[in-house]
Amino acid sequence: MSDEDLQLLPLDAWHRARGGRMVPFAGYAMPVQFEGIVAEHEWTRSRAALFDVSHMGQLFVSGEGAEAALEALLPIDLATLEHGALRYSLLLDDNGGIIDDLIVSRWRQGFYLVVNGATKRGDVDWMRERLPGGVTLELLEDRALLALQGPAAFAVLERHATGQWPLSALTFMRGGRFEIAGTAAWVSRTGYTGEDGFELSFAATDAERVADLLCAEPEVKPAGLGARDSLRLEAGLPLYGHDLSRETDPVTAGLAWSIASRRREQGGFPGHARIAALLAEGPARRRVGLSIDGRLPAREGAPVLNGEAEVGRVTSGGFSPTLGHPIAMAYVDSAHARPGTLLAIEVRGRMLEARVVPLPFVPHRYHR
Amino acid sequence: MTRFFTEEHEWIEVDGDSATIGITDHAQSQLGDIVFVEVPKPGTVLRKGQEAAVVESVKAASDVYAPVSGTVTEGNTAIEDNPALVNSAAEGEGWFFRLTLSDPTELDGLMDEPAYRDFAASQG
Repeated sequence: MSDEDLQLLPLDAWHRARGGRMVPFAGYAMPVQFEGIVAEHEWTRSRAALFDVSHMGQLFVSGEGAEAALEALLPIDLATLEHGALRYSLLLDDNGGIIDDLIVSRWRQGFYLVVNGATKRGDVDWMRERLPGGVTLELLEDRALLALQGPAAFAVLERHATGQWPLSALTFMRGGRFEIAGTAAWVSRTGYTGEDGFELSFAATDAERVADLLCAEPEVKPAGLGARDSLRLEAGLPLYGHDLSRETDPVTAGLAWSIASRRREQGGFPGHARIAALLAEGPARRRVGLSIDGRLPAREGAPVLNGEAEVGRVTSGGFSPTLGHPIAMAYVDSAHARPGTLLAIEVRGRMLEARVVPLPFVPHRYHR
Repeated sequence: MTRFFTEEHEWIEVDGDSATIGITDHAQSQLGDIVFVEVPKPGTVLRKGQEAAVVESVKAASDVYAPVSGTVTEGNTAIEDNPALVNSAAEGEGWFFRLTLSDPTELDGLMDEPAYRDFAASQG
């Protein structure tokens, strides 16, 4: 894709004016960094950073029978999803392969979904083909999505957000309608960094104003995709297209917790038969965390070895600024997936010592 | 001493038949935070264009190629111990390796500093 074909974020000019280094990602020109990935990473862990995630797909599903229609597509129990609550789920194909991972929340008039940017068009097509008449799915293309992440996020947002409830009423994975300096926004206490934080969905035309307002606070700096990736890796959160794909299923990926028990028993979602079998028999491989000695990062595609034998592949990896050494996620044969197992990763002909560790690498600090 | 620059964003400081080689400030800024460096060992014989050193930033891995041919006399182990030195002093203390030139004519046609700065600026 040439640069001319890239879509622009609502904050495109704002990012450029602030020195954002723009790169193609998910069909958009996006800032990979402002002052530097490690500085932005550390700033997010110690204060608060503003990430533009407007490339992600914001979907709204409504109409008579929307709840049952969504349950026919997702292994989620919507009967237990209250108004204003959010839940992680997976869009699965008939073989249990992961088409996308997403967040679902219940609004008064329907369900609001946030899906990955690179997959949003395919998701919309896939879902529309399978939704019954009377249920509509809109791709909300006129909305910005900003993530304010870090231990200072609450204090910062509280200065500007007013709503039916105080902002403190939102705990992790809860959302509600608020006004941010006059802009109507859907605010949820969510994110993909492992830190406390919020995601703000509002009219794209207000994006610069809200971004300016938040970045005028002394605790807040803008951060790019680079820090977002190193933060989510430390938090043990899988990235679609790398750690998750149609070739992986929820059980192998360690995401079976997201499949509601009622749905496991009753089925009625794509891939149920395969997933039931995987749950009963155990998966042949598992997604694991690997802690690596030294300083040389292992990247996606690096073979994971037990002695001479290849037992897996790295799906994402990098240097952990918080821990000071490289970390990676990999799929390895289940026999070698137990925490504490010593393995090796081959990087440019070198063998790096790696140890299977529980995820996350860096503890989550969600406000529950 | 004369300093030359390549289109691969390396610098070469020549003193007689000895050359000190590093990456430019522009290169380190494009790479971002550097977390790992490996430099060649003394005695390594390098041909021009051959992979000579490895540099990994938070973002990506890249190779440093020998911009000229020669035999390595010293690798800068200070940057192996402290890779961030390449970010903070790419064109000084953050040098990569020294070699004895085997073919000084390879220096012909390399850029001088003003020509290189123009070239780097045009690269964005």
